[in-house]
Amino acid sequence: MKASRRSKAFRVGYTALILLFLYAPMAVMLFFSFNESRSTAQFTGFSLHWYAELFRNSAAQNALKNTLLLALSAAAVSVVVGTLSAVGIDRTRRKWLKSSILSVTNLPLMNPDIVTGISMMLLFVFAARLIGARTMLGFPTLLIAHVTFCLPYVILSVLPKLRQIDPHLAEAAMDLGCSQAQAFFRVELPSIASGVVSAFLMAFTLSLDDFVISYFVSGTGFQTLPIYIYSMTKKRVTPDMYALSTLIFIAVFLLLLLSNLVQARSEKKMRGARN
Amino acid sequence: MKKIFHQKNALRHKYAPVLNAPYLAWCVIFILIPLAMVAYYAFTDAGGHWSLSVFRELLGTRPARISLAKVFGNSMLYALAATVICLLLGYPLSYIMARSGIRAQRSLMMLLMVPMWMNFLICTYSWITILSNNGVINSFLGLLGLPALKLLNTPGAVVLGMVYNYLPYMILPIYTVIAKLSPSLREAAQDLGATGWSVLRKVTLPLSLPGVASGITMVFVPSVSTFYISQKLGGSKTQLIGDAIELQFLTFNRINTGAAMSLILMLIILLSMMVMKRFSDGEEGAFIA
Repeated sequence: MKASRRSKAFRVGYTALILLFLYAPMAVMLFFSFNESRSTAQFTGFSLHWYAELFRNSAAQNALKNTLLLALSAAAVSVVVGTLSAVGIDRTRRKWLKSSILSVTNLPLMNPDIVTGISMMLLFVFAARLIGARTMLGFPTLLIAHVTFCLPYVILSVLPKLRQIDPHLAEAAMDLGCSQAQAFFRVELPSIASGVVSAFLMAFTLSLDDFVISYFVSGTGFQTLPIYIYSMTKKRVTPDMYALSTLIFIAVFLLLLLSNLVQARSEKKMRGARN
Repeated sequence: MKKIFHQKNALRHKYAPVLNAPYLAWCVIFILIPLAMVAYYAFTDAGGHWSLSVFRELLGTRPARISLAKVFGNSMLYALAATVICLLLGYPLSYIMARSGIRAQRSLMMLLMVPMWMNFLICTYSWITILSNNGVINSFLGLLGLPALKLLNTPGAVVLGMVYNYLPYMILPIYTVIAKLSPSLREAAQDLGATGWSVLRKVTLPLSLPGVASGITMVFVPSVSTFYISQKLGGSKTQLIGDAIELQFLTFNRINTGAAMSLILMLIILLSMMVMKRFSDGEEGAFIA
């Protein structure tokens, strides 16, 4: 009895220590975002000055807008292309073709981001030279790069769902007069919808968060939030960056809390329905 | 009947090439050709002629401008240290998590996801506030009357930055694998007389190895190729392979040298993945995110 209480204390204490480690920088950011002076080391007094500053900062707002635009487009394109290719891969009969497509799909997952970024930068620089443009780095190259690193995740999250569905369902639909496309949209797509939605969310967050690959393919015209933050941390960071991260932190926390609650409620309902 | 079935099956498979074509084209243009370009630049000189001069310069004995062996050695050393520390810190937490109640599991999962979603640049930067000479830790030591420590711009700070950024990537795959283990396995071991400790050592630990393997790759690969963490927390003295590559491309504009370094980095990672794969055979990617 005593031993189990001691082990419980150990478990709670250990978990708390790890969480303390993971949240220490966020606590520091929260604290110094309310600093009165420009310093991120010496706290001189409480003020909301840096939050006001942030709302006047048009570069940061522009970067945020760019990031959201890019993440939405990258997620949309990669989900459409990725779902279609997952269906294609699922229907490929030749074993060697299937396994080689899957190996190529795994390449960007295994390659370090810096190599992926650099290899794409080389391609875009070369292509710009071919068409005689000074540079082609900007929104289109960012979109291509983001779709490229999102595609494997989309395919790997849709493919297992496709394997689960009964192929006879689509055949039955076609027997009843559906065309191939109709059978796909009316029978198969609804049964893989959960995989498609989670693929979209995954692609969206991956794109939102990416720094390393974007850093090499973004050029100067189109700045995303991570790249803006990078350029800010090259100099001495002022507390408005901490204010920005504090707001991001609150948004992320609320979003995850909300999804957690929704999930808990739906599980409860399922359990209730079964009883 | 059989014939009809075959026809229908053939119809289903008929469109596979059409569906595959756009993706295959995408893969070739945006994955394979760029990687081939890295290889091309690595094996040519600045004039565009085939040559091994870049490798000779990088690996040769003549006083190279970049001491590549040291840079690679440091990167491997730091990344290995970070991986081992993440494993030692992360495994117990994954185990504790997997054996808690369902609500505790879900809350802990959420608490681990929040740092993963935060921008890693600014989180890494704020470690400067914690570690610097007049930072949080040293002010605290000062209050206790202890002498200040030099924490920032040390190898330790770089490893700490790596552990901080990638610890959740070690915890989650191991947790996923342990949580999926059937409780009857533990019960069976206990019925056969195993104590709590030997159940962990002889049942849970071996069965969780696939999770450990994917955790190790998910920490090692970004650690060995990072350039931001070492720039911010390591000062100018610690140069890792990621820093060297970034410098060659974006500052010196020496594409061939940078490409050769990237190629070597890729080979190192592929080799380590092959070694890891021997541990995780059968169970592919316990957790992918």
